[in-house]
Amino acid sequence: MTRFLLRRILFGVLVLWLVATTVFLLFFAGPADSVARRLAGPRAPIEVINQIKDTLGLNRPLWEQYVSFLGNLLHGDLGISFISQTPVTTLIVQSLPGTLWLVAGSAVLWMTAGITGGVISATRPRGLRDRVTTVLVLAGISVPTFILGMLMIYLALSVFPWFGLGPGPYISPLVDFRGFLQVMIMPWVCLAVVQAAVYVRLTRGSMLDTLGEDYIRTARAKGAPEHRIIYRHGLRAALTPVITQFGVDIGTLLGGVVVTESVFGLQGLGQLMIRSVRDGDLPVIIGAAILAAAFIVIANILVDVAYSFLDPRVRLA
Amino acid sequence: MSLTDAATEAEHVPEQVAVVQGKGPWQLAWERLTRDRAAMVSLGVIAVIVLLAVLAPVFAAVTGHDPQEQFPSIGLSPQGLPIGPGSGFWLGADSLGRDLFVRLLYGARISLLVGLLSTLLATVFGVVVGMFAGFYGGWVDGVLARVLDVVLSFPYLLVAIVLVAALGAGVPLMIFVIAFFSFAAMARVVRGQTIAYREREFIEAARSLGAGKVRTMFVDVLPNLIAPVTVLATLLIPTSIVFEATLSFLGLGVDPRTPSWGAILADSIDFFRVSPGLLIFPAAMLLLTTLAFNLLGDGIRDALDPRSDRLHTRK
Repeated sequence: MTRFLLRRILFGVLVLWLVATTVFLLFFAGPADSVARRLAGPRAPIEVINQIKDTLGLNRPLWEQYVSFLGNLLHGDLGISFISQTPVTTLIVQSLPGTLWLVAGSAVLWMTAGITGGVISATRPRGLRDRVTTVLVLAGISVPTFILGMLMIYLALSVFPWFGLGPGPYISPLVDFRGFLQVMIMPWVCLAVVQAAVYVRLTRGSMLDTLGEDYIRTARAKGAPEHRIIYRHGLRAALTPVITQFGVDIGTLLGGVVVTESVFGLQGLGQLMIRSVRDGDLPVIIGAAILAAAFIVIANILVDVAYSFLDPRVRLA
Repeated sequence: MSLTDAATEAEHVPEQVAVVQGKGPWQLAWERLTRDRAAMVSLGVIAVIVLLAVLAPVFAAVTGHDPQEQFPSIGLSPQGLPIGPGSGFWLGADSLGRDLFVRLLYGARISLLVGLLSTLLATVFGVVVGMFAGFYGGWVDGVLARVLDVVLSFPYLLVAIVLVAALGAGVPLMIFVIAFFSFAAMARVVRGQTIAYREREFIEAARSLGAGKVRTMFVDVLPNLIAPVTVLATLLIPTSIVFEATLSFLGLGVDPRTPSWGAILADSIDFFRVSPGLLIFPAAMLLLTTLAFNLLGDGIRDALDPRSDRLHTRK
């Protein structure tokens, strides 16, 4: 176990190093002037460009820049935003709660809906409820997230204005709980609809596989009640791939729920990234992208470890 | 049985052949497809959209509205808000007083261009890489399969964001990014199919006749892959179209002035309360197009593999 964990972590570090190196090369390889121009944006005056060249040391050889880039990264120093002149880490810390709350709240919704839907359609395959679920899943998968979000905003503002829901920046629940709910409910539902569709499909497939196993027949032969067969024997084993997907998804989404955040103006990590791309604020993009990669790597390690606890057949070596 | 009987029977054979006509698998598949009402309607919808996209300049000439031209005096109300559908502007005007209908048609060009081109790229590379991985096996497969896994585990928006930030937005980059992710999906399917065919007798026969590996791959394996590849390619088109719309919506795709469905929707965000058409028409175009391609893909799958069951074999 320890050896497995160690190897997994080493591999994760290797992946992160590759990501950091790729990002570094994408942004910094090339003549100093053009790099500075790219960092400063097309309209920046020549003084700004010279200043950027000085502060970032773009005139040094590439490997020297690379070493200091990695060194800063290891110290958690992601540089300073060109636009707001604040440290990138501060911007990220400010944007993190919005994303965190969005993912957490939505995860509860989509897991509940996804697993329930999957079990319902797997226990009576091809029945009416299965067909209805399948159609809903297809709808959830085919509607682009941003269109779903915009339709929700339209309904909330024009058709059901008395709910008081609306798009807006994240409000801390400690400051204004009502405001927090008014801002968060729509993004929660929007993200959950899209995700739940995937989870219904996954749970249904996994449940159908599990219910076809020999030990389920044994349980039936013993005369175990149907609900016990479905939940204790079936669902428990069927959940392993669902949990795996869940871990991977959480890791990916924590790095920024780009589309949902942008549609609802939530100002989380994803929207921070989009805004930075529009403004050409490269230090922020680099920092946020590496953070997102780190979330994904960590989530994958946790999933691998969790796997061995969930499924006793899996041996880690 | 006497000799003469056999002779008369032999004489009858050509007549029977003339009555029962042999049908090739493609002919059968086409007949099954034409019987599929949803697929045929979808094909019609796609044809109309393609036609509208091709004829976009004609409509621009007929209405007298260039997609980029702003008509603040007639397209906007005295309060400066976009007007709704009417005789001059068939689907209304956008927030800058541009003709929404004409812009949607030009948007269809971008969507179809990106959707088809990136799918074509992805299919060519996906088939080649998938076949090599599946057919050669060993370390070639080990490396390629690993690469595909890595590509498929990338969050595509994150990659797109970093690439756009580093290289600048534009249609070619967008096509490349979309093709890059679709390619991995295609290659994975092709690899699986190739592995399944690799051990079959007709491959062994080709090998024992002295055919080289590359020849066997392209002459013997490839024709068997046409069915799954066609189905997946048809299904990759709507995915690519949605991907393009999403990127353009986020401002990472085409130049914001270019009429793309995603960009049109992004523009509408502050105005769809006063003019719901700004949201409804582009959204409907996008949904209709993707739905049509998806249903057509399903239809082709059913037509090529009659054993499949539409509702229950979707992955």
